[in-house]
Amino acid sequence: MTDFAEPGALLGALLPEITLLLGTLILLLVGAWGGESSSPTRRSARFALGIVGVTAVAVVFAWLRGDGFTTDDRLTGDGFRWAIDLVLLLGTAGALAIFDTEQLRTRAYQAEIPVLMLLALSGMMIISASRDLMFTYIGLELMSIAVYVLAGANRSSARSAEASIKYFLLGAFASGFLLYGIALLYGAVGDTRLSALGAATPSAMYLVGVALLLVGFAFKVGAVPFHLWTPDVYDGAPSPITAFMAACVKASAFAMLLRVMAEGIGPAIVHWHPVVWWLAAITMVVGNVVALAQPNVKRMLAYSSIAHSGYLLVAVLAYSQEAAAAVVFYLLAYTLATIGAFAVLGIVSEGRETTVTIDDLSGLWHVRPGLAVALSVCLLAFFGFPIAGGAGFFAKWYVIQAALASHTPLTVLVVVLVLASVVSAGYYLTAISAMFNRPRPSQLPMPVQTPLLSGIVMVVAVVALLVLGVFPTPASRLAAAATLRAAPLATPVAGTMTVSAPTVAATEDAGSTP
Amino acid sequence: MASLQTASGHPLDGTLAEWVWLLPLLPLLGALVNGALVLWPRLVGAPDASLETREAEVQRRLTGSRLLTTLVGPGVLLLAFGLALGLFATMRGADALTEPFIRSYGSWMPAGSLTIDWALQLDQLSMLMTLVITGVGFLIHVFSTGYMAADAGYARYFAYLNLFVAMMLVLVLGANYAVMFVGWEGVGLASYLLIGFWFSERANAEAGRKAFIVNRIGDFGLLVAMFLLFSTTGTLDFTGAHAGMAIATPAVLTAVALFLFLGCTGKSAQLPLYIWLPDAMAGPTPVSALIHAATMVTAGVYLVARAAPIFAGAPEVSLLIAVIGAVTALFAATIALRQWDIKKVLAYSTVSQLGYMFVGVGTGAYAAGVFHLVTHAFFKALLFLGAGAVIHAMHGAYHHAHDHTSDPQDLRNMGGLSRWMPLTSGAMWVATLAIAGVPPLAGFFSKDEILASTFARAHGSPLAEASLLGVSGSGLLYGVYAIGLVTALLTAIYMTRLMLLAFTGANRTGAPAAEALHEAPSVMTAPILVLALLTLIGGWLNLPAILPLGPAHLLGDWLEPVTGASTRVLAGEAHLDHGTEMALIGVAVAIAAVGIVIAFLRYRSPVRTASESAPELGIGALVHDAYRVDAGLDRLVVRPLGAFSASVLWKGLDQRLDRAFVSGGQALARAAGYAHDRLGEGDVGRFAWVITIGALALLAAFTVR
Amino acid sequence: MLREYLPVLLLLGFAAVNAVVILGLGELVTRTHPTEIKQQPYESGMAPLGDARDRFSVKFYLVAMLFIVFDIETVFMIPWGVHYQQLSCAVPLVDGACPAGQLSFFGLGEMLVFALILLVGYIFVWKKGGLSWD
Repeated sequence: MTDFAEPGALLGALLPEITLLLGTLILLLVGAWGGESSSPTRRSARFALGIVGVTAVAVVFAWLRGDGFTTDDRLTGDGFRWAIDLVLLLGTAGALAIFDTEQLRTRAYQAEIPVLMLLALSGMMIISASRDLMFTYIGLELMSIAVYVLAGANRSSARSAEASIKYFLLGAFASGFLLYGIALLYGAVGDTRLSALGAATPSAMYLVGVALLLVGFAFKVGAVPFHLWTPDVYDGAPSPITAFMAACVKASAFAMLLRVMAEGIGPAIVHWHPVVWWLAAITMVVGNVVALAQPNVKRMLAYSSIAHSGYLLVAVLAYSQEAAAAVVFYLLAYTLATIGAFAVLGIVSEGRETTVTIDDLSGLWHVRPGLAVALSVCLLAFFGFPIAGGAGFFAKWYVIQAALASHTPLTVLVVVLVLASVVSAGYYLTAISAMFNRPRPSQLPMPVQTPLLSGIVMVVAVVALLVLGVFPTPASRLAAAATLRAAPLATPVAGTMTVSAPTVAATEDAGSTP
Repeated sequence: MASLQTASGHPLDGTLAEWVWLLPLLPLLGALVNGALVLWPRLVGAPDASLETREAEVQRRLTGSRLLTTLVGPGVLLLAFGLALGLFATMRGADALTEPFIRSYGSWMPAGSLTIDWALQLDQLSMLMTLVITGVGFLIHVFSTGYMAADAGYARYFAYLNLFVAMMLVLVLGANYAVMFVGWEGVGLASYLLIGFWFSERANAEAGRKAFIVNRIGDFGLLVAMFLLFSTTGTLDFTGAHAGMAIATPAVLTAVALFLFLGCTGKSAQLPLYIWLPDAMAGPTPVSALIHAATMVTAGVYLVARAAPIFAGAPEVSLLIAVIGAVTALFAATIALRQWDIKKVLAYSTVSQLGYMFVGVGTGAYAAGVFHLVTHAFFKALLFLGAGAVIHAMHGAYHHAHDHTSDPQDLRNMGGLSRWMPLTSGAMWVATLAIAGVPPLAGFFSKDEILASTFARAHGSPLAEASLLGVSGSGLLYGVYAIGLVTALLTAIYMTRLMLLAFTGANRTGAPAAEALHEAPSVMTAPILVLALLTLIGGWLNLPAILPLGPAHLLGDWLEPVTGASTRVLAGEAHLDHGTEMALIGVAVAIAAVGIVIAFLRYRSPVRTASESAPELGIGALVHDAYRVDAGLDRLVVRPLGAFSASVLWKGLDQRLDRAFVSGGQALARAAGYAHDRLGEGDVGRFAWVITIGALALLAAFTVR
Repeated sequence: MLREYLPVLLLLGFAAVNAVVILGLGELVTRTHPTEIKQQPYESGMAPLGDARDRFSVKFYLVAMLFIVFDIETVFMIPWGVHYQQLSCAVPLVDGACPAGQLSFFGLGEMLVFALILLVGYIFVWKKGGLSWD
């Protein structure tokens, strides 16, 4: 039988998730009794920040103990899970802080929004822990349904509602593909555990299952041509939610993709490798080229996030332990830059119903130099500029390194990556140039004073980016400790490609004890 | 390498010398703090407040930051100087200091066979330079707190100045050519920033740019020399590279030495790359004192002394250095005779004195060249600071009289200033006598040692045996000696002229301005007086053995482990007997006396003010315009290059390429972006169709193979 | 094999017979006074005829959603009940019984947690006024 008969083991494996869910339930009730507080929503956001902090402690605790495995191999406690969890917690904390600012000025949100963010977070954490497609799916739905609602968080905004319903319809559509893929894989193998999938010999049904799985994943990470929802949803959703989606949902989707590809569908690598190759290439090019034409900053960042999905797909394709570390580092840098950028946008968009355009950033340097510098650092980090862009440079650098050191060097893809990055200068630098080189138009309102939490987010994000841009070692060491540990059952399958999956590091125990 | 040094045990292991890294770090921290203080007043929050409130807040912060800058700017220099003194005492206390003390602080460039460490090296030469840089630097920082007190860019000024000191210390403390080059470029950057400090005036900004560009030519030489060194010896560490060069072929050795020297001519303003230094006077006067007289411009002299083993192996290049030094010295001295701008006189004087130093290091008298470097740092810094005090006073006076047309730097507008500025005047007289070569002031001993060693090596040394372009070394060295004497005469004349014009005779500022003339505040006079004291006693650093004034050759003995071997290689058996040496001293003193007398006879007569003077004509005008080298270069090089760039490269090539590829590509990308935007038009049904088609394509890709 | 489904068939038959009996009895023993309104099909008090795109109160949606949420979650209890015996035993059952000393509270605890979450949701709905019509 399973571990599920042993409550103790299950509690140990899910300690951070249980901590988080317990806190979330309490928060839900507190929110329901929120009448007497002058601002129940902001109180709820701060409470949620505390829960995130406690959960982070639990994650660190579990990592240090080397905890989190179940013997039936449905949950894993490897470094990759905990590292992704920490990135997710960081992103959620940042989004909550930005949300607090947003609520301060709009008063448009209910006290349940932070609860929904925490629920989505617990879904993400389940995804990163899961080594079973059913668990993954449950986590994915828990995350997705919460995020569908979050996209429509601003009940007085038609655009927000539109974003929500679009995301919901398309998300459900893609979810169907995913579930169908899981069903086919189950049909082919008789198991939904990644270890079993990784040990199977691919049949036709298996391959179709993998293809449908990839469709679902590609939708979640926003890869071209499954990306069309991204700009509308990012643009329509309130800024803090967009930050949450761009940072956390994306990180979680990539954690899922990487784990499933590395541990589960390795036997079919000859089939999916060229497909993902093309997905990555098209995603990078389309994301960057289309972003050039966006005057709306949030839409621009949406396309930029699509482009970043392309870069990350390159790392996923590299298919090695270094690539997993590169993905973790990339997600960390990307999360920092995202929450930093949205924290600034949240303040700059003060007093306007419509979203921020590049023209609205004109001359920001002359009125609020701190904001301009912070946004510039984040944009340069997206761009991957050395020193001034901080960790963004190393993020790309590690990805390129992993791609070139891969068993089948992805030289052409790296060339595409670099050229696409050059194109991205066209929009990142345009925004920066608008802030510094243009005069401040008199009709633009003065941005509000930076509220405390948003200020902390900005400072933390910018300082962390810059410090990691000079001394990337601590974070890259953390990322390197984030190994995927192979399932005990997994054995390399004869007849598959020469690429050895990171899972062959089965003997290596380093992952659980950083 | 550093690790080997540690293994064998160094006398300085575990002593205060382990703190050597703090030396460049202190001023760097000062630069960061001051840099932050520049930004701080600008980062006023309170966006809701009115413009007036914000402005008041900015002013409040400016006042606060000014005080902090006053403390931090000179403070870090004082700390660094204290540390340098401590290090010096430690080195004096240690015995058998034959090897440099080297510490590596991490690997900088591990690339293939090239490994470059962030390594610092403490030996007698870098110790001496450190003392001069931090000591004189501190005095000039203190002076600056008075001189720049009213300037809006106070914090920015000290940020740059601290940065300069940090970089200069990296330059002299670096244990390999690469780290030294970091400092070399760093001081170039600081110099550029400070020359163009008042960048709102176009001329100042252009002077900074000129200094930067001319230095690039020299840096090119230095870089090539470094590449050659690495390809020959496989390392850029001083110790390793010099040992490796000892067995290199003469051709390579000569090439390395030549390119190194090209670097020196740029940084140290020797012919033909001296042209940037007179323009560099556009910066604040203390900057001229610190960077363009006392420290940075002597980096070339330092480099020759540092690379002495290489130059000693290439006697032809050494001869060339001596000849270029001598010609530069004479050339600049003649120009200095005809300048009216007080700072221009001193600038050309600096070029001329640097020529002397190169004569010293070129003839293999490294200790003598470095000795002159030190004494020159004292008296030329003094002269510049004195000039700064004068300009400060003149500027204030004209400001008081609402006279915005008269030039406060023009000697013709001064006259009789000693009445108001007795301290400055007295101190500057000391420095003038020193630079003219009047015993027993510092300049006399250092200049005399250079001339004496040149004369000595002209006969019976390996240098005299060598030849340059078919002319024998012996003949060349006698010529260099003669030029040195003539230059000494000219030096005495132009310096005395400067003093007479500025401080004696009738006052020419005009009555309304004269009533506001005053002595500089004590924060400015104090450093001047300290420097005057140093000028008085500086000669005792390295007395000639022949004069019974005290212990002889202190500096020479101190530098012996660094340059002694190289000195002996070039000097060989050459020496002077007592009679000759006394005669040479006599000649030098007589020359100085004659020069001063000539100046007194020639320049006692009244002078017209600048506005009343007619433009000069003929030879005089030619000399006054510095032989019109700048104008010639402008016509021959700068303008044709500019025209070529504009017509062919820019309009012909770049713009067409730009139109064809960049703008075209951009338009294409934007069009594609808009087209994509119209693709879905936000219609969920169409999105779903695209997803379905994508899914089908993906499935097809799976099944096709 | 199909014998296993015999109880289902019996249940089906019983249901059918039961329906016929009840409706037939009702037809036999009651007297009818049909009016126009009584003749219309009944649908939760809504007018069943007319434009289907008619607006009606959002409160209906709320009630329907709450019903579905709790209804579907309660459905989870059925598989739980079927497997309860197994879930209460730390080792596989032997002859449908748990070996001595191997009883586990996992099954019970699991449902308690589930019920607790459901309860929290219920309290939340209640406090938010989701259960009151006005």
